[in-house]
Amino acid sequence: MCLALPARVVSLEADDLATVALEGVRKKISLALVDDVAVGDYVLVHVGYALHKVSEEEAERTLSMMAEAGVLAEELAEIKGAEA
Amino acid sequence: MKYIDEFRQRDLAEMVAGAIAREAQTGRDYHLMEFCGGHTHAIFRYGVQDLMPANVHFVHGPGCPVCVLPVRRLDDAVELAERYQVILCTYGDMMRVPGTKQRSLIRAKADGADIRMVYSTQDALRIARQNPDRQVVFFAIGFETTTPPTAVALVQARREGLSNFSVFCNHVLTPAAIQNILQSPEVRDLGTVRIDGFLGPSHVSSVIGSEPYEFFAEEFQKPVVIAGFEPLDVMQSTLMLIRQVNEGRHEVENEYTRVVSREGNTKAQALVGDVFELRESFEWRGLGSVPYSALRIRADFAEFDAEKRFQLSEKASREVKSCECPAILRGVKKPTDCKLFGTVCTPDNPMGSCMVSSEGACAAYWTYGRFRNQTTADAYQEDVVA
Ligand code: SF4
Repeated sequence: MCLALPARVVSLEADDLATVALEGVRKKISLALVDDVAVGDYVLVHVGYALHKVSEEEAERTLSMMAEAGVLAEELAEIKGAEA
Repeated sequence: MKYIDEFRQRDLAEMVAGAIAREAQTGRDYHLMEFCGGHTHAIFRYGVQDLMPANVHFVHGPGCPVCVLPVRRLDDAVELAERYQVILCTYGDMMRVPGTKQRSLIRAKADGADIRMVYSTQDALRIARQNPDRQVVFFAIGFETTTPPTAVALVQARREGLSNFSVFCNHVLTPAAIQNILQSPEVRDLGTVRIDGFLGPSHVSSVIGSEPYEFFAEEFQKPVVIAGFEPLDVMQSTLMLIRQVNEGRHEVENEYTRVVSREGNTKAQALVGDVFELRESFEWRGLGSVPYSALRIRADFAEFDAEKRFQLSEKASREVKSCECPAILRGVKKPTDCKLFGTVCTPDNPMGSCMVSSEGACAAYWTYGRFRNQTTADAYQEDVVA
């Protein structure tokens, strides 16, 4: 029910509508709930509506945060290992 | 797929799991409630629990809109379709939920009621335009994610003068439900449900933002981390919660920054504010009556309100007696505590809503076979899975 998927905007149409590409299929959705969407943007699609734009920079940042957590953990393990 | 595959990477998951294993302190337990059924689903589907140390526990919350709808409201929808002979449009998730005497929308449809599954409120509007001599009712359910699409439809219907269209509104609010759980006797007085922190809603938060959680992080001194629905999001958010618990902090943090901001989608919020207002109280399955936890249609849009257009009868609604959904929704029981789980009640023949929706805890336990690892699982259940 609350599932929503990130989809790429392929074209913009009249009446706040847009076509998005999602898992290889094209779908017509409504942009009535978002502003300033351009072709190529990713939007979070839920029950036929874009709920929000997806931020590329923030996605990158989150991924590197995860990688950092791992790296830090490895270092910690090494330190602990050295102490033991 | 972009923004999906990256957040399912195995190697990264192992790294985060390693960090969790090292930072979760032995000698203390971490009970983390995932409010959303979407998180419950992700935790089971990707076996996130198996990647956690033994002292990190997920407590499943009530955040499945299909599961929390009281049987009474479902019976009302059936009445609209059968007695008033409307075309009832509904999201697919609702079709198989059993109402009183196991009567579901799908049964009513089999018996001749005109019930149609729609993907979007736009489909419901189209059906209304195509059937000007019929009454068309959209059965609106869901949290803050599905509410704005309903608002768009109501505004559009009014603009087009679509007089045969109305909405049966059952939209509910997340922060009110979280607060209700924190104030419940199980958490507060009895201490039977321990909650050390919350994995906060993903897509609900894309609409309402992270700000609404600040009040109860402070008031109840519980950390909240807004978490995306992909397995890596859940894991990273768990790590962030463990750190808060370790450091004695109780803040609202946001892991899902690629979609959620502090203020949320203000355009959607404004639209929802134009169309809906708070109900003083609304019945939730499992939580009972929760004050200011749901929306109704404003007087401005009264002509499109199905509850005003149709006189719904007083009726005695009943759920299946031994169904434990209500306790499961509060985090007090597990699906395997239910006598009917896996025997009488399966996804093919659901007795309660928690077995219908893929976001329901019973359906997740069943589909991903979690109960196989549990000591409570009896031989019969083992047989069924094998
Ligand atoms: S297993 Fe079925 S009957 Fe039991 S609590 Fe879950 S939905 Fe209800």
